[in-house]
Amino acid sequence: MNNEGVDKSKRQFLTSALTVVGAVGTGYLAVPFLAQMQPSTKAMAAGAPVQVDISKMETGQLIRVAWRGKPVWIVNRTEEVLTTLSTLNDKLRDPLSNESIQPPYSKNPNRSIKPDIFIAVGLCTHLGCSPTFRPEIAPVDLGNDWKGGFFCPCHGSWFDLAGRVYRGVPAPTNLEIPPHRYVNDSLIIIGEDTVEKTA
Amino acid sequence: MKSNRWTDCGNWVLDRFPLTKLWNDHMAHYYAPKNFNFWYFFGSLALLVLVNQFLTGILLTMNYKPDAKLAFDSVEYIMRDVNWGWLVRYMHSTGASAFFIVIYLHMFRGIMYGSFKQPRELIWIFGMLLFVALMAEAFMGYLLPWGQMSYWGAQVIISLFSAIPVIGDELSLWVRGDYVVSDATLNRFFAFHVISVPLVLVLLVLLHIIALHEVGSNNPDGINIKEFKDPWGHPVDGVPFHPYYTVKDLVGVAVFLFFFATVIFYMPEMGGYFLEHANFIPADPLKTPEHIAPVWYFTPFYAILRAVPDKFAGVIAMGGAIVVLFLLPWLDRSEVRSIRYRGGIYKKALLLFVISFVSLGYLGTQPATPTATTFARIFTAIYFGFFLLMPIYSRWEKFKKVPSRLTPVTSLEDRIPALIETFEEITVKTPVTKEDGTTVVRRKPNFNGMANVVVRLAKKLKESLD
Repeated sequence: MNNEGVDKSKRQFLTSALTVVGAVGTGYLAVPFLAQMQPSTKAMAAGAPVQVDISKMETGQLIRVAWRGKPVWIVNRTEEVLTTLSTLNDKLRDPLSNESIQPPYSKNPNRSIKPDIFIAVGLCTHLGCSPTFRPEIAPVDLGNDWKGGFFCPCHGSWFDLAGRVYRGVPAPTNLEIPPHRYVNDSLIIIGEDTVEKTA
Repeated sequence: MKSNRWTDCGNWVLDRFPLTKLWNDHMAHYYAPKNFNFWYFFGSLALLVLVNQFLTGILLTMNYKPDAKLAFDSVEYIMRDVNWGWLVRYMHSTGASAFFIVIYLHMFRGIMYGSFKQPRELIWIFGMLLFVALMAEAFMGYLLPWGQMSYWGAQVIISLFSAIPVIGDELSLWVRGDYVVSDATLNRFFAFHVISVPLVLVLLVLLHIIALHEVGSNNPDGINIKEFKDPWGHPVDGVPFHPYYTVKDLVGVAVFLFFFATVIFYMPEMGGYFLEHANFIPADPLKTPEHIAPVWYFTPFYAILRAVPDKFAGVIAMGGAIVVLFLLPWLDRSEVRSIRYRGGIYKKALLLFVISFVSLGYLGTQPATPTATTFARIFTAIYFGFFLLMPIYSRWEKFKKVPSRLTPVTSLEDRIPALIETFEEITVKTPVTKEDGTTVVRRKPNFNGMANVVVRLAKKLKESLD
């Protein structure tokens, strides 16, 4: 083969063109491969609303239900708790819940529709542990500053009984409030806030 | 050689595959410095543990079920009903911890003798990639038993990704394949743990060794042995890896297996450090255990994460603690490799670093009380100080003169007279009269002598730190 007078720029062009075509092809192939790891249709459909009967709840009690695989808390708060909540603002990072996730009807000082019934996703906004319910005031292990609330055992974040985060702890925002609505006084639906039209 | 069918067969292969060349390049004609000490066992031990993890891992996959409903029970089934299942599983779980012990000591050896320095930067980089891959492998493997610690540990670590601005939430969703850690997560972690990451590990081990054999091994003196060669072109201060170091490493293997077997048979859970107590409770997505801590080998980094009172900054600090190790070859400006000839400032810095690393490891296993957090912050500062101030303090160092040839190694035999002398010093011969009236000479401890020995050792230690 005669190598004299080879037009190197043509070779260069062909090499570059082939590289580009190959890269585009690889890119297209990467889409199904990577998207395969996204939540499947089944996982996305599993977020069905949950119905909870709260008629048997006692004052001060917490119950846990699973919604989308996450723990959701329902707390029946006492009068004293509600009084304490209003005094904590200067110790909290986001007392008015401006940076936090909640439906508009829960964006109030008590972070709830009814003042006494508090509903929240029971996962710390830091790294997703489920905080423990510590309604008692000034227990030995948490000290005198503790006014009752939720304590995350993993990294020591503090939340009050409205799920609002204290200053100087790792969690960045208040606990998330899921969409929910009251069917009647004793029945709550978690996971939807408007009545869905049935076809 | 006399020709027969076997040698013919052998030659047929050798004509078609460079087996002899590979063997000679990497074993029989690979010259390693002749003064390797205790610290040089851990490379080959890491390889041994890797093989152990592969063999026992393959056996475990034969009975394990990567399904959120079945996983926990299938592990108990392995422990109770599968023939020798308990042994294979304990070999695998103890092997994971042993891997990190061996690797941490191996890395410390590199830092101590300057094995990361020019021309071995790339070996260090491959080694660090191995370390990261190993952490990923261990983390994903820990989810598989589907106990409480598995579950909440994975929940916390995957949530680390969500701290990344903009893409964080989408990324952690993509990693989990669900809105919470679930069956999808378990199944994909199983795939990564048994296929992807092991392949990466094997590839990196090959790269690590090929890079090492290209530039040659470092040694406790940190001297280049290729400067002095015999008439055949071999380093005078080197010995062929095989048989010299293969035989030496076998001794290391025997001692290692003694400890390894002791743990497997007598303390497989290691008091909750190798297998955590809460992991014997099946995963409950609604309740976090009262006290969660990662397995011991992650605790130094976990303590750094907890020390920072801000989500994103905490994740950055934790990642930075690993990234900074990658940069070590360029942070250290010292001309001298080995600690034997480096200045006192580096020795003290290294000592502080080791203390802070071990302390962080301890604090990471403990609940986050305010006192513990304060200490964790101090040690975190020392950890980063060791690396980030290195470009400054490693320039101030006053080095000792580095010899051109390896320093002679004192054999155990040569140390015997000195040991006997010390023994004489710390004991005193006392005549004791027995009940029947005979007198015997007994050795009793001599406390003055002991004090002298301790003072001498302390002085020596102080001298060696200057």
